[in-house]
Amino acid sequence: MKYAFFLGCIIPNRYPAIEIITKRILIDFGVDLLEMHGASCCPAPGVFGSLDLKTWLSLAARNISIAEELGVDIMTMCNGCYGSLKDANHLLKTNKELKEEINEVLADVDKEFKGSIEVMHQVEIFSDVIGIENIKNAIVKNLNLKVAAHYGCHFLKPSEIKMHGTAERPRMLDNLIEATGASSIQYKDKMMCCGFGGGVRTREIEVALDYTREKIINMKKAGAECMVNQCASCHLEFDRGQIEIKNTFGEEFRLPVLYYTQLLGLALGYKVKELGFQFHNIPVKLERMVE
Amino acid sequence: MAIIKNVVSLSNLEKGFVDEVISTGAKVFGKEVSSTVALCIQCGCCTGSCPSSRRTALKTRMLFREVIFGFREKVLSSDDLWFCTTCYTCYERCPRGVKATDIVRIIRNIAVREGHLGKKHRIAASYVFKTGHAVPINEEVKDIRKELGMSSLPPTTHSYPEALDSVQKIMKKTGFDQIVGFDLEKMELKEVKL
Repeated sequence: MKYAFFLGCIIPNRYPAIEIITKRILIDFGVDLLEMHGASCCPAPGVFGSLDLKTWLSLAARNISIAEELGVDIMTMCNGCYGSLKDANHLLKTNKELKEEINEVLADVDKEFKGSIEVMHQVEIFSDVIGIENIKNAIVKNLNLKVAAHYGCHFLKPSEIKMHGTAERPRMLDNLIEATGASSIQYKDKMMCCGFGGGVRTREIEVALDYTREKIINMKKAGAECMVNQCASCHLEFDRGQIEIKNTFGEEFRLPVLYYTQLLGLALGYKVKELGFQFHNIPVKLERMVE
Repeated sequence: MAIIKNVVSLSNLEKGFVDEVISTGAKVFGKEVSSTVALCIQCGCCTGSCPSSRRTALKTRMLFREVIFGFREKVLSSDDLWFCTTCYTCYERCPRGVKATDIVRIIRNIAVREGHLGKKHRIAASYVFKTGHAVPINEEVKDIRKELGMSSLPPTTHSYPEALDSVQKIMKKTGFDQIVGFDLEKMELKEVKL
């Protein structure tokens, strides 16, 4: 099984340990990832989609064309990348005129969008391709943790394009978390946005942090010992964001922030050092973690 | 006798604005999507669902009403327009099927072309011109990558200058350098009044 590994920006350039651990775990499960040489920013759906949709679409189409040349579907680690590439793929596959217009742009750089592949998120690979039962069978440490799952927005919505069923009460990430032995808790406004998107973090960081703060309060009130996300942007917003919240609002939460493959890596027996927690802004100390 | 101020004069409204939004959006999303803005019945499900409306002055219902009425300049120059995090909650819940998040991005595209563009968004765009990434690598992370046994640069535009050249060519072709005010000769943002 092979996928084109779309890296995006935040994971390779801010949290590279997540890149390497995701790759290692997928290899454990027999999934190979091919490098997408020369891929760029997806580009970020909020900032670039807001500034100029045609530029957003053209750069996304170029990225997709790199995977088309490899002849395999794309796998992303970030909801932003997933949103841009999946939405662009959908728009270009369903609108012939638009595809021609964008291919005219790409012709100048010897690229062509063909519409021959699909865009996937890593949680889909774990949930639908590898399967929950195979994950459970591979677990060597049962994680005795209360986890607040954070899906992020662009993985689920627009639901008519993303096609993961309900966007209000999804189960995919909860099931993947519970496959490690952890319990995925209910908390207020679980499906609320982290605040990063739409260019809001870039333009008005205090508004973004106010979202993040509210979500963390809700997670902690429900007894979460850590939060688990599946998106590079959300990960950065919750991890670095807690430092910024401390500096902006004077509140300190110290809620550990884990990307899904870091949680899974713990349960699969990877060492804490290999998971890259030492590079997080918020220390990941999970005392009653292992049974 | 009290003088009533702030009365809206119909002659000051630009009734064609909603058509401008629909036709601009139709180029990317198709008219069947962009024209949904005209279906808004002002129920307020969007604003009620909106996490931004709880902490900022963004009121999506009001925004769409202003678009339909033709308050073009007010809508385009508004800071509130930029408080949407594109979480799509309103888009999913709208009982009339208004593709709200797409409409917001269409309105933003028009606002940007009228010069209503934030400095920080210009800076983010300049990183993509310079590196191909909105969040480029830095020295500290290069060292972390090496410590983890990875290549110091990811196999992206960071490792392939010819790929960065392609990204720049695409953005020049779509006129993005003009839109955000980026000087491709000097490879820096132009000084502009905002």
